[in-house]
Amino acid sequence: MSQPLLDIKGLVTAFPGRGGELRAVDELDLSLQPAEVLGLVGESGCGKSLTALSVLGLAPPPGRVRAGSIFFEGRDLLTLPEPELRQIRGARVSMVFQEPMTSLNPVFSVGRQVAELVAAHQDLPPAEAWARAVEMLGRVGVPEPAARARAYPHQLSGGLRQRVMIAMALILDPRLVMADEPTTALDVTIQAQILDLLRRLQQDSGVGVLLITHNLAVVAQMASRLAVMYTGRLVEEAPVAGLFAEPLHPYAAGLLACLPARAPRRGQRLPTIKGVVPPLDALPPGCKFSDRCPRAFAACREAEPDLVEVAPGRRVRCFLHHDQARQARRAA
Amino acid sequence: MIPTAETLVQAQGLSKHYRVGAGFLGSQRRTLQAVDQVDLEIRCGEVLGLVGESGCGKSTLGRLILRLTEPSAGKVLFEGRDVGGLDRGQLRALRRQMQIVFQDPMTSLNPRLTVGGILGEPFRIHGLAQGRAVERRVAELLEAVGLRPDHAGRYPHQFSGGQRQRIGIARALALRPKLVVADEPVSALDVSIQAQVMNLLLELREKFGLTYLLVAHDLTVVHHLADRIAVMYLGRVVEVAPAEGFDQPPMHPYSAALFHSAPIADPTRQTRPPALMGDVASPLAPPPGCRFHPRCPEAQEICHRQGPALREIAPGHLCACHFR
Repeated sequence: MSQPLLDIKGLVTAFPGRGGELRAVDELDLSLQPAEVLGLVGESGCGKSLTALSVLGLAPPPGRVRAGSIFFEGRDLLTLPEPELRQIRGARVSMVFQEPMTSLNPVFSVGRQVAELVAAHQDLPPAEAWARAVEMLGRVGVPEPAARARAYPHQLSGGLRQRVMIAMALILDPRLVMADEPTTALDVTIQAQILDLLRRLQQDSGVGVLLITHNLAVVAQMASRLAVMYTGRLVEEAPVAGLFAEPLHPYAAGLLACLPARAPRRGQRLPTIKGVVPPLDALPPGCKFSDRCPRAFAACREAEPDLVEVAPGRRVRCFLHHDQARQARRAA
Repeated sequence: MIPTAETLVQAQGLSKHYRVGAGFLGSQRRTLQAVDQVDLEIRCGEVLGLVGESGCGKSTLGRLILRLTEPSAGKVLFEGRDVGGLDRGQLRALRRQMQIVFQDPMTSLNPRLTVGGILGEPFRIHGLAQGRAVERRVAELLEAVGLRPDHAGRYPHQFSGGQRQRIGIARALALRPKLVVADEPVSALDVSIQAQVMNLLLELREKFGLTYLLVAHDLTVVHHLADRIAVMYLGRVVEVAPAEGFDQPPMHPYSAALFHSAPIADPTRQTRPPALMGDVASPLAPPPGCRFHPRCPEAQEICHRQGPALREIAPGHLCACHFR
C-alpha cells in the first residue's frame, strides 16, 4: 500500500473538566489513502467533528490536542511551525462545513471570498484571481457564475451557498477535503444534487475525502470505507459493503438496525439501542458501550477492549471478536 | 371530497397568505402564499404523513388545522364542526381534542417550570384536576412516555434531547386528545434516539387510540409510521396516497423525485442521479400553471398555463398532475 495521505495515530483531544481532563477524542488511530472517500460516522458528541478540527489545528479552546501525531503526506502537522501549517491549511487540506450561511462572510460577495483565497495562496493579480473564482463557481454548478459571483451570501439559496463553500474548498486543488455534514442543512432534492456534485468532483480530481456525518445512508452512497466513533473512540472500521452486510461491533449493528429505511416492515417497532450516550465525565468502566450493549458480559465491564484487526482492513473494538482477531493473526 | 363518518378533520380550500412588508424605497407589498387552497382529510385513527421540503407550507398547514394560525380563506371541520365559527369558550373546549408536539423540545418547554409544573398545567387550565389528583395524573403521563414519576421534580435542562421530546409528547397527551399534530417530532434527535421516539409514537397511538398528522421532511420516517402520505409543494398538496406501495408508480413527478432523492442506506443499491435541477421557487412568486413545472422533467406546454386539480387517479389515490 502506498503512503497514506492522512495518518492519525494515538490522537487525544481533551477539554479541562472538573474531575480532570475530558477526552473528547481518545487514542484515535485513523488513516486515509490518496483519493479515498472515508466516512466518519457517529452520533452527536462522539468526537467526529473534533477529529477534523484537530487535523487543521483548530480544536476550539479550551480544548487542545494532548497527544498523538497527525501525518499528512508524511509530515506531522502537530509539530509543524505555524507558517508551514498555514501553507497546508486551506490549500492542501480544506474543509466544507454544514452551515454555509455561518461560514461565509456576509459583507463580501461570494466571488470576492473565493478570489481572496486564491490571492492569499498564489501570487496572482486580482483580475486573474477573480477569473479563477468565476471559473470555479461554474465548475461547481452555480448558474451564470459571472453574475452570481457578485452576489452576497444572503442572496443565494442554501444549495447555492453550499456550492460556493465547495468551490472554496476545491479551488486550490487540495489533496484532502474534510466535509463535515455537508448536506445535513439541505433539503433532500438539493442534498441529492450536492452529493452528486461532490462525487463527480472527487472522481475528477482524485482528492481524498473525509466525510463526517451522522447519516449512514449518505455514507453508503458516497464512501468506500467507514469508521464508527463512540464516546471519542473508534469502535469499528471496515469497508462500507462489509459493514452494511455484517456490522461486527454491537453499536454499529444497533445504529444500522434502527434506521426506518432498513426496517423489515412498515409500522412495526424498530429495534433500538437502549439508554443514551453517556456524558464524557460519566463514562462506564470497561467498554464504554457496555452499559447499553445487548451482548455485554462480565469482562466488558472490567476492561476496555483494544481495537483489533479481525480481517484485512477491518478493525473492531469488542471482546466478542477478539478470538477471531487471534486466529487472523495466527493465519498471517 | 365528501366527509364520511370516519373523517376526523376536513380541510376545505384552506389558505394562508401573508402580506410581506414593503421593500426598501417603497417597492410594492407582496403576498406570500404559504398554504394555498388545500383540501385534506384526516381519518379517525390514522397516521397521515405530511411531507415536503422547507417552505412548502407543511408546518403552516398543521397550525391552520389546529387553529393556532388563522386561515386567510377556507375552513377546517373537526368532527363535522366548523372550527372557525366557534367562540372562545367553545374553541377552548375543542383544544382539548387536538394537541401539538414540536420539533425542538428545548425551545418548546418552559425552562423555569419543573416537568411536574409543565405537565400539570393543562389540567389546571382546563379545571380538570387539582392538588394530589394533578400529581397522580402527571405520574401516569410520565410512565406512559417511558419516564419515571420522580422526574416530575426536575427541570427541562436536566434531561437529554430524547427525554425532552418524551416530555413534549406527554404534555400533548395530558388531556387525552383525539388528534395530535406532530411537527418534525424526531428530526432534532440522534439516530438511535429517533427510533426510540418513533416506537413511542406507535405505542401511544395504540394505547390511546390517537390520530396523528405527522409533519416531517424525512420520507423514511413518514413512510415507516404513516398509513397515508400527503405530499406538499409550494403551498399545495400535490399527492395523497396510501403509504403501502407509495414507492410504486404512478405518482406525482415531485413525489417521485422526493422519493428517489433520498440516499439509500444500502451500498449495494445506487441512488439514481439527481432527479431535479434547480431550487424551489419562492412562495412570493409561485410559477403560473402547475407550481412544479419549472423543475418537472415531464412538463409540457399545458403545465405552464393551467394548474392541475387534485383528483382521484385510483381508489384512495389523489394526484395533481395533468399526466397521471
